[in-house]
Amino acid sequence: MRPPETLPTYEEGPPAGVELEPGPPPEVPRNPRRIAWTRRGISARRVWKTYRKSLLGMVGLVVLIFFALVAIFAPLLADKQGLDATCPCNGTPFSPPSLEFPLGTDNFGRSVLTLTIWGSRISLMVGLFATAISMLIGSFIGILAGYRGGTSESVLMRLTDWFLVIPFLPLAIVLASVLDRSLGVIVFVIGVTSWPATARIVRAQVLSIKTRPYVERSRALGASGWHLNTRHILPNVGPLIFANTILTVAIAILSESTLAFLGLGDPLSISWGTILDFAFSAGAAYAGQWWWIVPPGLAIVFVVLAFTLCGFALDEILNPKLRKR
Amino acid sequence: MGTRRYILGKVAQAVLTLAFVMVFNFFLFRVVPGDPAGLLLRGTAAFNPENVEQLRSELGLDRPLPQQFLIYLENTVTLNFGESFFLRGQDVKEVIAGRIWPTLLLVGTSTLASAAIGLVIGIYGGWRHGSRFDVGSQGFTLFVYSMPEFWFGILVLMAFAGGIGPFPALFPAGGYSTPGADLTGPAHVADVLNHLALPWFVLTIAYLGQYALIMRNSLIDVMNDDFVMTARAKGLREKEILWRHVAPNALLPTFTVILLSLGFVFGGAITIEYVFSYPGLGLLEVQAIDSKDFPLLQGLFLLFSAAVILANLTADILYSYLDPRVRAA
Amino acid sequence: MSILSVRDLEVTYTTQAGPLPAVRGVSFDIETGEVLGLAGESGCGKSTVVNAILRLLPAGTVVTGEVLLNGEDVLTMKAGRMRAVRWTAASVVFQGAMHALNPVQRIGDQLAEAIVLHRLSGEKEALVRVGDLLEKVGLPARRLKDYPHELSGGQKQRVMIAMAMACSPQLIIADEPTTALDVMVQAQVLKLLNDLQHELGLAMLFITHDLSVLVEVCDRLAIMYAGKIVEEGPSVPVFEQPAHPYTRALASAFPTIGDQRFRRSPSGLGGDPPQPDSVPSGCSFHPRCPLAFDACPTTLPDLYDAGELRRAACLLVAEEARTPVAP
Repeated sequence: MRPPETLPTYEEGPPAGVELEPGPPPEVPRNPRRIAWTRRGISARRVWKTYRKSLLGMVGLVVLIFFALVAIFAPLLADKQGLDATCPCNGTPFSPPSLEFPLGTDNFGRSVLTLTIWGSRISLMVGLFATAISMLIGSFIGILAGYRGGTSESVLMRLTDWFLVIPFLPLAIVLASVLDRSLGVIVFVIGVTSWPATARIVRAQVLSIKTRPYVERSRALGASGWHLNTRHILPNVGPLIFANTILTVAIAILSESTLAFLGLGDPLSISWGTILDFAFSAGAAYAGQWWWIVPPGLAIVFVVLAFTLCGFALDEILNPKLRKR
Repeated sequence: MGTRRYILGKVAQAVLTLAFVMVFNFFLFRVVPGDPAGLLLRGTAAFNPENVEQLRSELGLDRPLPQQFLIYLENTVTLNFGESFFLRGQDVKEVIAGRIWPTLLLVGTSTLASAAIGLVIGIYGGWRHGSRFDVGSQGFTLFVYSMPEFWFGILVLMAFAGGIGPFPALFPAGGYSTPGADLTGPAHVADVLNHLALPWFVLTIAYLGQYALIMRNSLIDVMNDDFVMTARAKGLREKEILWRHVAPNALLPTFTVILLSLGFVFGGAITIEYVFSYPGLGLLEVQAIDSKDFPLLQGLFLLFSAAVILANLTADILYSYLDPRVRAA
Repeated sequence: MSILSVRDLEVTYTTQAGPLPAVRGVSFDIETGEVLGLAGESGCGKSTVVNAILRLLPAGTVVTGEVLLNGEDVLTMKAGRMRAVRWTAASVVFQGAMHALNPVQRIGDQLAEAIVLHRLSGEKEALVRVGDLLEKVGLPARRLKDYPHELSGGQKQRVMIAMAMACSPQLIIADEPTTALDVMVQAQVLKLLNDLQHELGLAMLFITHDLSVLVEVCDRLAIMYAGKIVEEGPSVPVFEQPAHPYTRALASAFPTIGDQRFRRSPSGLGGDPPQPDSVPSGCSFHPRCPLAFDACPTTLPDLYDAGELRRAACLLVAEEARTPVAP
C-alpha cells in the first residue's frame, strides 16, 4: 500500500474558495486587566442576550421586578398605619373582601392587602440576607476545599456532608429556639444551615477549573494562591455561584415563611410567614377565612416561582452540562 | 467481597456522622450566648435567681465542660434525655416513644406514595419530553415546589375539613382518631385512615413533584446513551426499551438524590402535623418550641438526625445492589 | 439478488435550525458474502446511512429512496415487520467500547435478549447459545455472567460482535468498530471480523474514516463526501490508484515524520469538510480540491466510469473517459 505520487501542497496559497476575513483586526485594549474586564463584559452581554430568549426566564424576571417594586414602594402603595392594630382606619375584624378592603381584614380589622404589601419587605430581605450569608460561607469553604485539596479538602468536605445530612427544619428549630426571637437570628439560622449545598457545587467547579491550562501556567509563573483565587478561579466560579444564589434565595424565602409560621419569627415584624402564623393561630382555617390565608401564601408562591424560573434559566445558560436539554 | 467492604465502609461513615451530630447537639446548648438556664426560664413566671440557680445545677451546667460532655454522652447512649418541661415529670424518652407511631405511619406511607407516583410521572414525562403531559407535569411540579407545604395544608384543611365554597367537609379536622369513640378492629383502622387522609394527601403531593423532576431529567440523560440505540436496533419495542433498559439506569442517580431529600420530608411532617393537629413527633416538636422544652427538643433533634442518617445508610446499601459498578469499586 | 440494495437514499434531519440534509442521494449494493467498506470524514453522512438501513433515525427525519433488505423495502415496512427484521436480517456492531452495552445488565442477559426476542430459542437454551457465541469471538463462555464494566474495550467490542451474530443475520453492519480502540486491539478485532466473515459467508458493510483499515477487510470501497458517494470500486485499485482527488487525499493520510507539509495539514488537505447545511455548489469538494477548475463550482458531477467496475464523481474523470457531461 503506497501513497500516490503527487501530493497537493499549500505552498501555492490557500485552495480556491477559502477566504480570509475581510477588514482590519478588531480594536483590543492593551492593559491585561482591561482586557479581562472587556471580555467579561462581552460574555455578560452574551448571557443576557441568550437569557432574553428564554420565555420562562423573562416571566420570572418580570415577576421579581414587580415584587421588588412593591417592597420598595410599600409606603406609597399602602398606608403604614394600617399595620397598627389600634388604627382607626381598620375595619371590622374577620370581614371578607369588599371594596374598601379588597383582601378583607384580619383579627384586628387590619387590611390584609396592606399586610401583604408590607410583608414583602421582611420576607424578601430575610431571604436575600440569609442567602448572602449562606453563599459567602459556602463559596469560601467550596473554594478553599477545591483549591487546597488534600487533607483540608477531605476534612472540609466531610464537614459539609455531615451538615447536609442533618435535617434542616429540626436544626433550624433547635437553633432558633435557643436564641432570641429576632430577625437577625432568623437570617443567621437560615444562612448557617444552607451553606453546604453551595459549598459542594462550588468545590466541584473549582476542581474542574483548577486543572485548566491557564491556571497551571499561572502557577508555573509563580502566582500566589491569592492571585490565582481572585483573578482566575473566582471569576470562573462566579457565574455558577450567581445562578445558584438565585435558587438559594427561593429556598431561603420558603424557610423564613416556615420558621415564622411555627412561631420562631420576630413577633413584632410583619412578614408573609408571620401573617400566616397569626391567621392559623386565630383559627382562620376552621372559620373559613380564606382571604386571610390565600394572599400571603400566593405571594410566597409567586416570588419563589419567579426566583426558581430565573435560576433555572440562568443555570441552563451558564452550566454547560445542562445545555442539551 | 467488594460488597461487604462497601457496606462496612458505609456503616462506619454513618456511625461517624451520628457521633458528629451528638457532639454538635451537646455544644449547641452550651455555646449559646447567655446562660441556658436563664434563657429557659425567661418569660416564665418562675424567672428568679434561685430558680435559675437550681435549674443550672439540675442541668449540670455548673460543672466543668469536659465533665458535662461525659455526662451527656452517657445519658445519650442510655437514651436518658431527662424530663420534659412541657409534660412535667415524664421522661423525654417515653414522651417521644408515645408519638413515634403516628409519624411513622404518616411519613412512611406518604414517602412511598410520593416516590412511586413521582417516579412514574418523571419516567413518562422524560420519555415523552416536550409533550403536553411533560410540560403540564413540569408546570405542576414547579408550582407545588414553590408553595410552602404548610400553606397547602391549610388550604386543604379549609376546603375538605372545614368545607368552604364548593368544597365538601368530608374529613375530620385533625387528630389521629376520633376522641372518645372506642373503636376496634376494622372500624378503628377506618377511623385512623380517615384522619390520616388529609395530612397524607398534603405530604404526598408536596414532594412528588421534586421526585418527578429528578427522575425526568435523569431519564432524558439516559435516553441519549448509546446502549439505547443498541436495544432499538435489536428490535425491541419502545415500551420494552423504556422499562427494561432506560428506566433502570435512570433510576440510579435519582435514587441517591431522593434520599438526600428525606430530611426535608421530616421538615414537612413537622409543619403538616401541626396544621392537622396530628399527634406525632412533628406536633410534639412544635409544642416543644412553644414551651421551650429543651430536653425534648434535644431528644427530638437527635432522633430526626439519626432517622435521616439511617435512611441514607439504607439507601446506600440498597443502591449497591442496584448498581453493579459500585460493588466493584 | 443483493442482500442490501440502497437506491437514491436521501436523509434530511429536522432540527431547530431548519432541515439538515445529511445524505443527499446514495446508492449501492451488497451481494451475499461481499464486504463493502464505506469511508469518509466525520459529517459525511456514513453513520446516517447505517441508521437509515435499520430505520434507527430520530422521529421526524425525512427519508426518501429505497433500502431493500432481501428485496423488502425497509422504509415502507410496517413497524412490527421492521422490528422482526432488525437483527435477524441485518445487525449492527456499534462502537462497543464505551456505552453500547447496558451497564446494569449482565452481558449474557443482553445477548440472550436478542435471541429470545426473535424466538430463536427459549430462555434456558438461549444462555447455552450465548456461551457458544462468546467462544466464537474468543471469550470464555463463563464471562456471560459479567457486567460490561468488568470487560476491557477490546472485550466489549467482541461482545458486540457476538451480539451481532446472535440471530444469524446475513448482513452485519460494522459502524466504526475499531475507532475507539488501541492499535493492537484494533488489529485483533479486525482479524476476528475478517475470520468470521469468511467462515460464515457474511455480507458486511464496514464503516470507518480510516482507509488503511478498509483495504484489509473489504472487497469493495465506497468513499463518501458531503452526503454523497464520490468514488466506488474494488478496494485495492481504489486505494492504490484513486480516481477522485478526495480519495487521493484520504489515502495519503499517512504522516511522514519530518515532512513539513504534514505538520500543517496532516491529511494533505486544507480546510474542513462542509457542514450539511452549507454544502458548496456544483462539486461539493471543489473548495478544497487542488485540481479544481472553472467548471467545478457550477457543474454537479455524476458517478462516471473510472475503470473496471469503478466509478468516481469527478469532472476530470468524465473528461478522461470522454463522457459527455450534463451542464
